[in-house]
Amino acid sequence: MSSIALKLLKPLGLPDKLNLASLIKALVVPMSGILIFLFIWNVGARNIHTSLGEFPGPTQVYEQGLNLLDEHNRERQKEADFYQRQDDRNAKKLEKNPEAEIKIRGYTGKATFIDQIGTSLITVLAGFFAASLIAIPAGIVIGLNKTLYSAFNPVIQLFKPVSPLAWLPLVTMVVSAVYVSDDPMFAKSFITSLITVSLCCLWPTLLNTAVGVSTISADLNNVSKVLRLSWLTHVIKIVIPSAIPMIFTGLRLSLGIAWMVLIAAEMLAQNPGLGKFVWDEFQNGSSNSLGRIMVAVLVIGLIGFMLDRIMLMLQKKVSWDKTQELR
Amino acid sequence: MATKTHLELTGVDIDFPTPSGPFKALSNVNLKIERGEFVSLIGHSGCGKSTVLNIVAGLYQATQGGVLLDGKEVNEPGPERAVVFQNHSLLPWLTAYENVELAVKQVFKNSKSKAEMKEWIEHNLHLVHMDHAMHKRPDEISGGMKQRVGIARALAMEPTVMLMDEPFGALDALTRAHLQDSLMEIQADLNNTVIMITHDVDEAVLLSDRIVMMTNGPAATVGEILEVKLERPRHRLALADDPEYNHYRAAVLSFLYEKQRKPVEGNAAPVATDTKQNSVAATAEETAAKTVLADEQAA
Repeated sequence: MSSIALKLLKPLGLPDKLNLASLIKALVVPMSGILIFLFIWNVGARNIHTSLGEFPGPTQVYEQGLNLLDEHNRERQKEADFYQRQDDRNAKKLEKNPEAEIKIRGYTGKATFIDQIGTSLITVLAGFFAASLIAIPAGIVIGLNKTLYSAFNPVIQLFKPVSPLAWLPLVTMVVSAVYVSDDPMFAKSFITSLITVSLCCLWPTLLNTAVGVSTISADLNNVSKVLRLSWLTHVIKIVIPSAIPMIFTGLRLSLGIAWMVLIAAEMLAQNPGLGKFVWDEFQNGSSNSLGRIMVAVLVIGLIGFMLDRIMLMLQKKVSWDKTQELR
Repeated sequence: MATKTHLELTGVDIDFPTPSGPFKALSNVNLKIERGEFVSLIGHSGCGKSTVLNIVAGLYQATQGGVLLDGKEVNEPGPERAVVFQNHSLLPWLTAYENVELAVKQVFKNSKSKAEMKEWIEHNLHLVHMDHAMHKRPDEISGGMKQRVGIARALAMEPTVMLMDEPFGALDALTRAHLQDSLMEIQADLNNTVIMITHDVDEAVLLSDRIVMMTNGPAATVGEILEVKLERPRHRLALADDPEYNHYRAAVLSFLYEKQRKPVEGNAAPVATDTKQNSVAATAEETAAKTVLADEQAA
């Protein structure tokens, strides 16, 4: 196996050295799991008949995946053509009259599956960062102070289990009322999704940070006291490094929740993104719809998995305890 | 102060609150220590040795009485009373050098230049023979080496008094002997005032100028003080057959195992140990509860 392939497979938990036994363990076993799944899916799908036809099996879904890619490429081509025509027209205008006013209109084609993936990714990352920016500092403050912890714990426990769908109407109304601007930097739908995501994925990071911070070893606290470290130095040099593992546990849970919540929020609010794609296909009800939704399901799963892997890689990078096994 | 005592504990009492009322761990502890003196605290576990040390460190507050260091009352922790903790307490995410650096930066931020600080950090790591591994992290070095770094960190604060809480308790006998020798060397050079807690009679006799023997808790206090007048430098091999050395050993042993023999069951001492365990159990429960909380999150 080439070293590049090895590097790519590394995040999947493959060992550095590949001998036959470890190759079987690392590749063959998971592969056979996937094959068994595909087989069951295939057989199961043939036996499920819906009003939109047979439930899509792996082959149909694969075809629809290619279709969606094709559509995306066609749409991009259309867009490029559109701008080309405009440029040509403007060039001609300028030739006749160099003083002529030139207008460039934006392309307003429909968002493709790939575009929706991009929108969803940007929204989820923005919501997740916003949540982390609040949750980590708040978690540190709450974790360091027992009184604050007792004061806020009931509130946190109350809001932690709230479904995004319950927040959504409130957030939508508040955003419409508060976020008023003639030339908004972000679309309202983006802000709504972002806030909904943040509200739901705040809690794991907040709680885990607070717990991580409050369980710092008494010895390290004593070191800090003997050195008379200032509050800020204490937090930077001692609190944050020792809470890093817990903070990352929280962050990974939060990102997972953020991604799930976002799809649901987009679906309900008809905000652009993968959730809207799924809903549109469902409403569309063509014979291809189920296959296309299934493509979306797989892509959503894959992206969720990759987001978690990226967080894991980050965690390994910043973690001081290299002996600790992270998975 | 009328007398020029360097460090003085006067009538120190401490009560710890427990669910069944306050628990008196120390009662009327009096101790005077001269500059440059090496004093060991010895006693059965649970007798409050660590509590005495923590009061001098300023980590605990005496309920009654107090501690004077050069005529000033001690009421908070500070680098002039550096502590060497039993389990090294190095920050695991920093190298040996960085661990010492954290202390040096804090203590000398206004008085030393960057280059001077670097030199001072390296000098202290050299004192404890850690030059070769100064850029390694605690998990990459042995227990003995960690404790050396812990001592270097304490020395680097240029403390008036160095407090050592069973510094070699967690080490094997050979490593312990090495570190005791290192400590004697350093002590001969720097002539620090040191208070060291120990369980080890040989260690106490070998290192100390005076051995403070504590009675069993609760309400433990200073039982006897033994002055060790062996000449320095002391060599463990030469001392092994020395009648004077053995006489001191016997004196400490007789205090610990005859006069203050730990009652097997019943009254005083077990109560003391129980309270300590209770508080440990309580923290363990708290931690467990918190872990459950975090697990719920994970689920």
